[in-house]
Formats: sequence, structure tokens, C-alpha cells
Amino acid sequence: MNPTLEAFSLLMAVSSIALYALAFIVFALDLGTRAAPAAEAAPAAASVGIGSTAVLAPPAPPSTALPSITRWGRVGMALTVIAWLLNATAVITRGVSVGRVPWANMYEFALTAVAIIVGVFLLAQFWRRLSFLGAYVTALALLSLVLATVNFYVDATPLPPPLQSVWIVVHVFVAILGTAFFALGAGLSVVQLLQARRTTKGTGLKFLQTLPGAETLENLAYRLNVMGFVFWTFTLIFGAIWASRAWGRYWGWDTKEVWTFIIWTIFAGYIHARATRGWRGSRSAWLAIIGFAAVLFNFTIVNLFFKGLHAYSGL
Amino acid sequence: MTDSSRPSDSSRPSDHIDAPEPGKITQPRLGFVGYLRFFWRQLTSMRTALFLLLLLAIAAIPGSLVPQVTSDPNGVIQFKDKNPGITPVLEFFQVFTTYSSVWFSAIYLLLFVSLIGCVIPRTKHHLDALRARPPKTPANLSRLEGFTTRTVEVDAETAIESARKLLRRQGYRTERYAPGSPGQAGLSVSAERGYLRETGNLVFHTALIGVLLGVGIGGGLGFTGQRVVVEGDAFVNGLGSYDSFNPGRFLDEQSLVPYSIRLDSFEPVYEETLTSNAIGQALDYTANVTTTVGTGEPEKATVKVNYPLPIGGTEVYLLGNGYAPVLTVRDPEGTVVFSQPTAFLPQDANLFSLGVIKLPDGLDEQVGIRSLLYPSAVELDSGALASSFPDLLNPVLTMEVYTGDLGLDNGAGTNAYVLDVSSLTEIAGRTADAPTIRLGVGDSIDLPNGLGSVELSEIPRFVSFDVHYDPAVPWVFTFAILVVAGLLTSLFIPRRRVWVAAVTNPDGSVTLEYAALARGDDPTLPRAVTAIADEHSQGLGLRVDS
Repeated sequence: MNPTLEAFSLLMAVSSIALYALAFIVFALDLGTRAAPAAEAAPAAASVGIGSTAVLAPPAPPSTALPSITRWGRVGMALTVIAWLLNATAVITRGVSVGRVPWANMYEFALTAVAIIVGVFLLAQFWRRLSFLGAYVTALALLSLVLATVNFYVDATPLPPPLQSVWIVVHVFVAILGTAFFALGAGLSVVQLLQARRTTKGTGLKFLQTLPGAETLENLAYRLNVMGFVFWTFTLIFGAIWASRAWGRYWGWDTKEVWTFIIWTIFAGYIHARATRGWRGSRSAWLAIIGFAAVLFNFTIVNLFFKGLHAYSGL
Repeated sequence: MTDSSRPSDSSRPSDHIDAPEPGKITQPRLGFVGYLRFFWRQLTSMRTALFLLLLLAIAAIPGSLVPQVTSDPNGVIQFKDKNPGITPVLEFFQVFTTYSSVWFSAIYLLLFVSLIGCVIPRTKHHLDALRARPPKTPANLSRLEGFTTRTVEVDAETAIESARKLLRRQGYRTERYAPGSPGQAGLSVSAERGYLRETGNLVFHTALIGVLLGVGIGGGLGFTGQRVVVEGDAFVNGLGSYDSFNPGRFLDEQSLVPYSIRLDSFEPVYEETLTSNAIGQALDYTANVTTTVGTGEPEKATVKVNYPLPIGGTEVYLLGNGYAPVLTVRDPEGTVVFSQPTAFLPQDANLFSLGVIKLPDGLDEQVGIRSLLYPSAVELDSGALASSFPDLLNPVLTMEVYTGDLGLDNGAGTNAYVLDVSSLTEIAGRTADAPTIRLGVGDSIDLPNGLGSVELSEIPRFVSFDVHYDPAVPWVFTFAILVVAGLLTSLFIPRRRVWVAAVTNPDGSVTLEYAALARGDDPTLPRAVTAIADEHSQGLGLRVDS
């Protein structure tokens, strides 16, 4: 064990919190100051010109294109990249300081999970312009890191015998990857619901006007959630293999197993909902959000208050 | 694209998003068979599957809130003690055995019936589709996805034949349609690929049934047994030898392979660096054993956490460990009346442990001893003892001694780890004249009232082994792999139909129409059509319009 490196890791983690906070502020400002694109603003202005006999111009069909990144969005992205680099450094040095994977307790899990969630978010920018999720992702990162550092910080200790297995690398890493995709999917689903409400009620947050229609958002959310579901399936199966090595049975309805199963079932329901008439749209979006809420519940409440086999090393 | 433009697919449940929109409902009178059919259709509908899935998720929650008999039997006992009011209600609803309860079983069985009812007709339909020709080219391709046109200077026959070859190379199954056939305006090729998507979907759902059957059958044919073994002792794989034994319903108890496992030594490794913040933490556990299968030769082996020992078709797991002090009790004449190890239950990470010794025979009175072991004893400021390290650096054993009726003679089962002192008299300890007894290894002390003496002879370690036998594990594993394989193919292989139709223009050139249709989500479809159109038309020599 290397206490100096461990202290350095904590310093990096705290620094990344500061930068995530900055990035969040910038992303929030970006959303707050976004104006409606010209295409949507123009017809509204025209109808005013006609005067009292105005016929309401039909609302422009929802766009399917994602907005290009704004100047503030770029600043937010840059800050997020720096925050992520600090975060990743904290993860790596924590692991090196104790010579094992850095996800053996709640603090480390949160630290690594935030790094992977933000990492997937950053990589996703090469796939689609999802910078409008920046405020959501940095807020999630900020909250998780603050809570983990303040409440769950523990000194780095070696792995107890039950955790000494290659499966801790595979099982936990895949679970975090699944969580990352579910997190992004849930963010898109929230925006989708806001967008759908704006479309039906005609009112809503202003920045939504710059975003594509609810259906486009839903399709993006679906593709992320499906990735999450695949990783979650692997989490279940790898967990079962590990359980059969460590505990002597591949499935035993341990509280954490139960909740992993519940989450899997919710997202299986979500995928079915997408293929069920009357359930596509806002209803399936709610399922995705409930599913991600269950993931968070599984990590926090189940770890802290439910008795089970997944409790090692104090927390 | 709206739902109504999707092709009808009779194999799917009627409320599947790919199924045709229901028309105006005219309700005919249903006979008995009609009602059966109606309920079957309801059970196998997407909406029911969705409802049952979500119900299953909700139904699994209570079992995580209340301890379960299977995973936490002691927790169940404690819970019942603490909540006597609600216990009968929970027992009535089988909440302590949620996952084998009637209501939980009903939900997943209905779900699987619904699943089977969905999978069977779809399998049949899919097998037909695998043999069928790609469907006729729709009359109006411009309504479909990715519609695009190219104009080329070759005749229709050449263009369509080269399109067919191109699509074949890309893994499409192709069929040419000539103008003569009904509904076909011109020469065209119809192509379809991605049958694996539906295959994967069916494999996924069928394999889930396999997993469920494997879990059920394996549980029925197997067994689990627990046994505490002290260093130097052995146990045999037989019914009477286990401390607890849970056979599956269909286990043939004669079929247990006769083997014995002797615990030669148990070697824990603890963090010893004084400056470490993990001092005392276990770093490794190794149980060195000698195994003998049947009449074979003894063999040396090790059992570690995460590395079970396979033997005689079973797996032997190292699950717990602790100390089993050997106490030797002599009567006043010096005759040994008791001398054996007693497993003490560890109470904390430094193996401060609690043990109970019951001596119903041999001494003038029945004697019960409640004993605490401090492997590395330190005295706290309060004068109380504590253990500061899990190894035996300074072992101290304390004993509170009771006399009276131990309640072992009336035939009622008692917990070996609990001493009920309510009808006993304390003769050494906090409420007695004589103080609590303290012993180091090798120490001996006289018991009060001239009962005899007790000696702490040695402190060997014990381990608890779990022995598991589940013949269905390879099957469950195989089906789990099929589940994943089916899931991946059903989610990521696109199922596409692509059409290329040729329209001969008055000037002799040919306009080629390209369009496609996806089954399920397929966001890259328009791009794929454009790519096909580009490759195809460039191969033919695209006419450049002025």
C-alpha cells in the first residue's frame, strides 16, 4: 500500500469535483441562454404580423437533427474533459496505491462509476451531438462524487479473500458500463418527456425548442438503453458465475441479486413496451427512468440498508 | 413511418407494434371455444407479457425487504422475534419464502406460459419464412424508407441482374420479379436479409425456458450440506455426517459418492504491517485437506475461497472459519469426563468468539458454560477484554459457569450455540460468588463447589465446508450462453428488405428505384440503401444529367 499515492488520488478526486461543478454551471448557462432556432421562430413572428385575424400557423414539424454544439457548450465540454482526466487519474492512482482494481467499496465504486459514465458520455459525442445532456451528466457526476467522498470515504485496503477473483474485474466493470448507458438513456428519456409535454401543451423550458422531437430522442434513448441492457445481462451472468465460485450457488436471491434481477426485468419490460402498441413514447420513457432509478436505489439504499452477501470491507 | 404502412405479420401478438392496426371492432358472440381462444390471445399478447414482467419486478421486492429462509435463516428467526405482530401476516403470504411462494411462482409461470404461447407460432412462422421467397416488390417504392433513384444507360435486364448479384454478395436472399406477375409493373429484384434477428429472438426466449427448467430440475436432483470440521478431523460425504443437509426433492440419497475429507490444517494470512490501516484484515484463507474417494488412495488438496474443491461430482466450498478450543473437564478424582473441541462463533473481524459447552453427564451436577475467546486479548480502559488481532497472539478464554437442568433430557431440540440460563444457577461469573474464569492455553482451574476442574488444552481452528451438488449447472450455463447469443443477434442484426425496381424511360435509359423496409429498430437503414444505390449505379455507369 502506498499512502502518498492514496492521498494524491483523493486530491485528484476533490479537484475533479470542483471542475465538474464548473462544467455544470457552464452547461446550465448554456441551456438557459439557448434561443429558438430561426426556423421555428420565424412562423411565430409572421402570425403576429397578420394581426387579429391571425390563423395559428401549424407548428413546425419536430426536427430530427440534433443541435450543433454552442460556444458555451464547447466550454462546458472542455471543462468536462479536464474534470474527467482528473477523475480518471484519481481512479488509476487509487488502484495503483493498493495494487488492485479500484472498485472494492462504495467510495471507489462511485469514483470509478462516475469516470466511466462521463467517459461514455464524452465518447458518445463522436456518435451523436449529445452535449445538451452535459448539465445532466455533470450534475450526476458532481452529486455522486460529493456524496461518496463526504459519506463513504474509506482508506484503501487489500481485498478480503471473497473478493480475490478475476470476476471482480469483469462483473463489476460490466455493471458500471451498464449503469453508464442506463444513465445516459435515462437522461434522454427525461428530455423526451419534457419535449413531449411541450409539444402537447405548448409550453415548456425554452431550450427544448433547440432540441429534436420526442420521437428522435426516444430512438436515441432506446439504443443506449439496449446497450445498457446487454451489459446488465452480462452483469447478471458473470455475477452468477462468480457466485457459484465464491458462495457455492449461482443464484440465491441475495438482496443485491434480487435488485439486479428487478432492474433486468424492468428493462426487459421497457424493450417489450417499445414493441407494444400504445406503450411506445412517454410510457416506455417512464419505464427507462424507473429502471435507472432502480439502478441508483440498488447502489445506494440496498447497499446501505439491506442485509446481504454483497457487503464487504465496511462499505 | 406509421404503423399501418408496416407489413402485416400474423405470427406476432395482435398488439405488437409491427402487427396491423386493429380495425373497427365488431364483437361476435363468443362460444366456449371462442372464450378460450379469446383468453389465450389475451395471455399471449404483448400487453400481458409486459404487465407480467413488471408485476414480476414488483413481486420480487418484498423478498429483498424481509429476510429469506433460503439465504438468511438466522435473519428470519431474528425478524420474527422482533416483529411478532406482523409475522403471521407475512407467513400467510409466504413472504419469508417469497421466491418459492405460490403467488410469485404463479406470476413467473404465467409469464412463461405467455412466452411459450408467443414463441411457438412465431417459430412456425419463422421456419416458413426461412423457406419462402422474398416478398413481391411493392407497387409504390417511394413510400418506403430510404427511397432513392438513379438513372443508368443500360437495359433493365442487365441492371436488375447486377443488382441481384450485388445484394447476394451482401448476404441478401434475392428473388427476381418480372413485369408479367400480378402487381409487378416492371422488372425488379426483391431481397431480404437478417433472418438471424428473428432466430436470435426465438433462441433468446426459448433459452430462458431452458434456464428456468435447469434451475428447477437442478434444485430437485441436487443437495447442499454444511459441515464444521476442526483441524485434524475428517468428515464423510454421507447423510448422517452433515450438520445440516438440504436434499432436493428427487435426490436419491444412496447416490452420494462416498468420499472423506480430512482437514489437515487451516492457514489464514492476516495483514501484519503495524502501520497499515488494514491491520488484522484477512488476506488469504487456505484449507489443506486430505481427500479419499471410495477405496482410493488419499490425496492432498487445498480449498480456498473462490476456489472450491471438485470431488465426487460435488463442489466443496470454504465458507467460514474460527477457533474450536479444546476444553478438558475432569471430575474431582481427576477422571476426564469431557475433552473435545467446541466450535466458537466468531463475533467480529478479530475473531472475538462465543462458545457454549454443555456437560449433562459426568459431574455431580449438569454444567453449562458460556465462554468467550479473545485470540489476541487486550484489556480496555474499562477493564473489559477485547481482541486486537485475529491470530492467536495472546489467547484468553473466559467462562461463566452455570449448574442446573440443561433441558437436554426432555427430547426437545435445542440450539447448540445457545445456553438458556433462565433455569440455571450461575456458580462462576458476574452474578456468582466466584469470579468469571480466565484461562490461557495450558491453564487449568478448579470449578467452584468442588465440581471438578477445567483445562484449556489447545486452540485448533475449524472451518465450515459447504458441499454442493447440482447436476444441472452445465445445462443452465449452456442456456445462459444461448440467452446472451440470442439477445445479441436479436438486438443488433438488422432485418431488412430491399427492393430495386427498373423503369425504362422513353429515351431508352433506365431509372432504378431503390427502397427498403426494416423490421424493428434500424436507424442506419436509409444510409444502407444509399450505399447500395451508389455502389450499384456506379458499377453500371451512372448517367450524369446536365
